[in-house]
Amino acid sequence: MSHPILTVEDVSKTYDGFKAISDLNFYLFEGELRTVIGPNGAGKSTFFDLITGRAKPDKGRIEFGPPSAPGHDLTALSEYEINRLGIGRKFQTPSVYVEHTVWDNLVLSLKGPRGVFASLFKRQNSTDRDRIAELLKLIRLDAKSNWKAGLLAHGEKQWLEIGMLLAQDPKVLLVDEPAAGMSDEETHRTGELLISLAGRHSIVVIEHDMTFVKQIARDNPVTVLHQGHVLCEGKFEEVQANPKVREVYLGRGKHGTR
Amino acid sequence: MSAPAPTGSLLRTRHLEFTVVGVLLVLLTVIFPLCNAHGLLSDFTITLWGKYLCYALLAISVDLLWGYTGLLSLGQALFFSLGGYMFGMYLMLQIGMLGSYAKAGQNPAGLPDFMVFLGHTFLPLFWRPFNSFGFAALMVFLVPGLVALIFGFLAFRSRIKGVYFSILTQALTYGAALMFFRNDFTMGGNNGFTDFKFILGHSLVEPDTGPATMRGLFVASALALLLVCLFCHWLNGTKFGLVRQAIRDGENRVLFSGYATANFKLFVFVVAAFIAAVGGALFVPQAGIINPDQMTPDKSIEAVVWVAVGGRGTLIGPIIGAITINALRSWATQAYPDSWLIILGLIFLLVVLFLPGGIVSLPGKLKALRGHKGKPAEPAATRA
Repeated sequence: MSHPILTVEDVSKTYDGFKAISDLNFYLFEGELRTVIGPNGAGKSTFFDLITGRAKPDKGRIEFGPPSAPGHDLTALSEYEINRLGIGRKFQTPSVYVEHTVWDNLVLSLKGPRGVFASLFKRQNSTDRDRIAELLKLIRLDAKSNWKAGLLAHGEKQWLEIGMLLAQDPKVLLVDEPAAGMSDEETHRTGELLISLAGRHSIVVIEHDMTFVKQIARDNPVTVLHQGHVLCEGKFEEVQANPKVREVYLGRGKHGTR
Repeated sequence: MSAPAPTGSLLRTRHLEFTVVGVLLVLLTVIFPLCNAHGLLSDFTITLWGKYLCYALLAISVDLLWGYTGLLSLGQALFFSLGGYMFGMYLMLQIGMLGSYAKAGQNPAGLPDFMVFLGHTFLPLFWRPFNSFGFAALMVFLVPGLVALIFGFLAFRSRIKGVYFSILTQALTYGAALMFFRNDFTMGGNNGFTDFKFILGHSLVEPDTGPATMRGLFVASALALLLVCLFCHWLNGTKFGLVRQAIRDGENRVLFSGYATANFKLFVFVVAAFIAAVGGALFVPQAGIINPDQMTPDKSIEAVVWVAVGGRGTLIGPIIGAITINALRSWATQAYPDSWLIILGLIFLLVVLFLPGGIVSLPGKLKALRGHKGKPAEPAATRA
């Protein structure tokens, strides 16, 4: 935990006069599992948009790089270039290729050359097939690998998208509300999966479901976003006990966890 | 957990479809010309069907973009026409001293008639290489391909999508039509090119040798269609085919998976332009004319209707659509000359409302109607 793999410094982003992100500072360290919470409109999704190149910051620095090498300036790169560096993103609403089979969804996500001509002459080899079979087991869709992804249940689509993310073997995983629309049991399993991935990957999870946050946060830091900047950072209990946080977020309506 | 097994069945459908298309086209390539040579099919029918096959190529080019990649281009007739014009330039130069002006002794240089009419005394420089069949054939690919490359590069790099892309393609073809309408563009103005006499030394008009030339052109069209179908079938089976359809269904996910989607779209756009151009080049000697009317946006939109009626996102759909609608047109414009556009509009409406998968989805629908429960018929492409 010496040098951050992802650095976000003094970043601001305004949409039509609305400050979605203002002077945000955020550091992610290698192998870390970080949870980001915040009330609606706190800028959580914009935060991911800025890292993944979907939106460009008005000011500030966003850098990515293994601690040893000089970092890449992400603000100058496009979505696919950022992805190729090793930053994968799962969207808030599950985004899978509905007309493709589960298997083909993973084929498309598998790490490898991404060029037009490479794709024309690429053949699946046994390593690819083994890797996909392995992923299918992990996301528990091995019995449905022939299904069109559009026929899957909502929770299964979420899992498929997580599988697609893992197929890319990214260094950093940005996961937006992975538990949305899942049953309690599925949510719990998703949490276990994410915990098991930390260490090998660095992970940022945006989540609303406090039970889920409590499960995955454990001793890991939680960042609270409010009005586009970091309100506070710390362990789940500390954050929960913070009066400022209670005021803007947790304290509204019921107390503490929901 | 009674699951449909789409991979297997989809793959089988795809192979079945390809086999059907292949067999039909091979039959067409052999049987039609044989019947014609033995007097069982009229020369008129052969030429008519030759044109249908060229239209089928245009339809495939629309389907490649719209059905498979989700790019609704309303300008494919431009590439069809450009291919036609390039080949037409060669055909015009083959007329030589047989043109009307030359016969009257008013055209010593043997220029195309429209140039004499406009007062030219020598052939413009850019026309000269078109004396060569090989050069013209090369230009049939190069010119439409280059236009598609430049336009596509700018459009896709700027991330122009959906209806904006459709409108721009329409504007592009409209702009080109206006340019070709101008006499000083030296491409024949509003009359275009016509009155062709020879292709590769074979007469197109002589009563004794003309029909054989037309038969040859028919076979060439059928072979071109067969080759294009082979290519599309191969493309469908590659990872490129998967990426292309993924762009249609969720471009963001593709982009955020590390694919430069603009390059993929550009590749499809240029390939589609090639296919349309080949169709146009083969169309012109069979139709005997090419003029800027072929470029106006309504021609492109008509091609979209063929694809919608036949069934988009399939290999066979655009071929069926192009042939059905054009055969219907040939009949209706004689039987009910004033009502053709109304008939076409009605067909399109009915298909959109009741058969969004097009004619190819009909067997599946009928099966479902007969009460085949348990195994719901899944149309190949139903995103109307």
